[in-house]
Amino acid sequence: MVSVDGRDTGSSLIRVRNLNKTYHRGSEVINVLQGLNLDVATGEFVAFMGPSGSGKTTLLNLLGGLDVPTSGTVSVDGDVITSMAGRKLSRWRARHVGFVFQMYNLIPVLTAWQNVELPLLLTRLPKAQRQRHVATALALVDLADRMQHYPRQLSGGQEQRVAIARAIVTDPTFLLCDEPTGDLDRTSGDEILNLLEALVREHGKTILMVTHDPRAAERADVVLHLDKGVLVEAAAAAAVS
Amino acid sequence: MKFLPLVLKNLFRKKTRAVLTIGSIAVALFLYGLLVTIQTALSQGVQVAGADRLVVRNRTSLIMPLPYSYQQRLLQIPHVKTVTFANWFGGVYQDEKNFFPQFAIDTETWRKVYPEYQVPTDQWAAFLADREGAIAGAGSAKKFGWKVGDRIPIQGTIWPGTWEFNLRGIYQGERPEDDTSQFWFHWKYLDERRPWGKGTVGWYVVQIDDPESAVEVAKAIDDRFANSPWETSTETERSFAAGFANQIGNIRLIVMSIGAVVMFTLLLVTGNTMAMAVRERTAEVGVLKTLGFGDRTVLILVLAESIALALLGGTLGLALAKLMTLHGDPTGGMLPLFYLAPEKIAVGLGLALAVGVLAGLVPALTAMRLPIVNALRRV
Repeated sequence: MVSVDGRDTGSSLIRVRNLNKTYHRGSEVINVLQGLNLDVATGEFVAFMGPSGSGKTTLLNLLGGLDVPTSGTVSVDGDVITSMAGRKLSRWRARHVGFVFQMYNLIPVLTAWQNVELPLLLTRLPKAQRQRHVATALALVDLADRMQHYPRQLSGGQEQRVAIARAIVTDPTFLLCDEPTGDLDRTSGDEILNLLEALVREHGKTILMVTHDPRAAERADVVLHLDKGVLVEAAAAAAVS
Repeated sequence: MKFLPLVLKNLFRKKTRAVLTIGSIAVALFLYGLLVTIQTALSQGVQVAGADRLVVRNRTSLIMPLPYSYQQRLLQIPHVKTVTFANWFGGVYQDEKNFFPQFAIDTETWRKVYPEYQVPTDQWAAFLADREGAIAGAGSAKKFGWKVGDRIPIQGTIWPGTWEFNLRGIYQGERPEDDTSQFWFHWKYLDERRPWGKGTVGWYVVQIDDPESAVEVAKAIDDRFANSPWETSTETERSFAAGFANQIGNIRLIVMSIGAVVMFTLLLVTGNTMAMAVRERTAEVGVLKTLGFGDRTVLILVLAESIALALLGGTLGLALAKLMTLHGDPTGGMLPLFYLAPEKIAVGLGLALAVGVLAGLVPALTAMRLPIVNALRRV
């Protein structure tokens, strides 16, 4: 179960303890995250909500090892990623994290197939096996018939599905999604949310998603609010408001 | 190899820019190819000069002769193995544009001193037996369509009249850079027919038994003929050929200066292209790093792109230069060895590679050091 109180539950996949992140803008010190604690178990779908600038994306970056905290630790499946750096951290990321961005971030000169294959190029898998993995991932997002299309030849929803295929092709430990429906119309957004939900319910994936959209947050098992650098559960947040 | 499609696709992402940059590199390497070909042609004598040969000429000037009698006196000097000689003829075949060097040679010693020029034994024997016989280089024979047995008229310019020769043989060079444009005939035939200058030769070529003693032998020769009416100036064949080539300036310095300017410009052009390419793709660099591409992999990908760009342009330019030099001497005889050697092509490719590495280094290091979070903000 998701918890934000910092008590050890023993079964957490992701464990965040006393996480602080501070930025300096000139002489001004901005505390984005303040002593944040979080435990997420395998197979959970967690949504982070909060106003702009509340630190949602910063938290996601720290969970994915894209950024370094000012203090505190982030552990995933026993690996303390906040003590990793350089090549070791890159390898860990390639093996354990799948990222889905708001703007899809596909490489425009590569086809859908080649975009999905990108993370597999970092593995030692032979070509035939890579091809099998890519085909499976693209079939899972229902884009088997668009594999030779370039991003510019796809709709926004299709591009995001390719991005999801790229995120899951290495079978990572968890997915980090930053506003995955933020740039999509309602129908396409629903398709993406259905897909993410299916990944959790049918394939046992763990997903942590940042969103502004309450409809998207509804799909999650738990909604956490981030405000002034502190995480609170949605129910508690509602009570406070 | 598995990253090659990514490198190539990135390379041609902006087709116009890629084509223009490749074109600039191609032009620069084409220019390099032509310059080194000209340099090779002009310094041809230096390259093929024998380490064991000394050239003895009149101290006053190369156009002043030396007595025929010096041959025996030169043979008496220690370390001297063989002495041959020749006279410049300077004739015209059909048209003044048809330039090729004609030498009246000492037929008894010439082949011993110049073993790199190969003439079939039967042809050489036929040449020796015919006072009006001549041997032509394969290059000139091909150029003028000569065959063994042809009668070749040459209009004398130093010694007037029409001189007719029977072509008795064709020589080949042992190495590709050997000059095959020469035309040899009997010195005795020249000496008999010329109205003046009888009993003199143009220069001597002395073959010594030990190249290490070249300086010592050269000094001994010049000392032997000092204070005589025909004083000599002796130097190694290499130095003689270099002096000849340097009459039109320090070719090597000229070529190096032009080459350096071209390469520096090229570095700026390619460096700018790569810097723009990486700047435009900052967010993608962030995405690649997010997916798990390490800093070193990103560095290698950018460098590979820069090297591919430079090598593509370099190969194209050098191929064009090679194609142009395949037809040989474009001057009608002034540059008989107009030839782009494989080792010069290899140096050209090496230069292109160096430009690729140097031009890509700064953008590659920038991409490598780019923090992911900063890169992703550019989306």
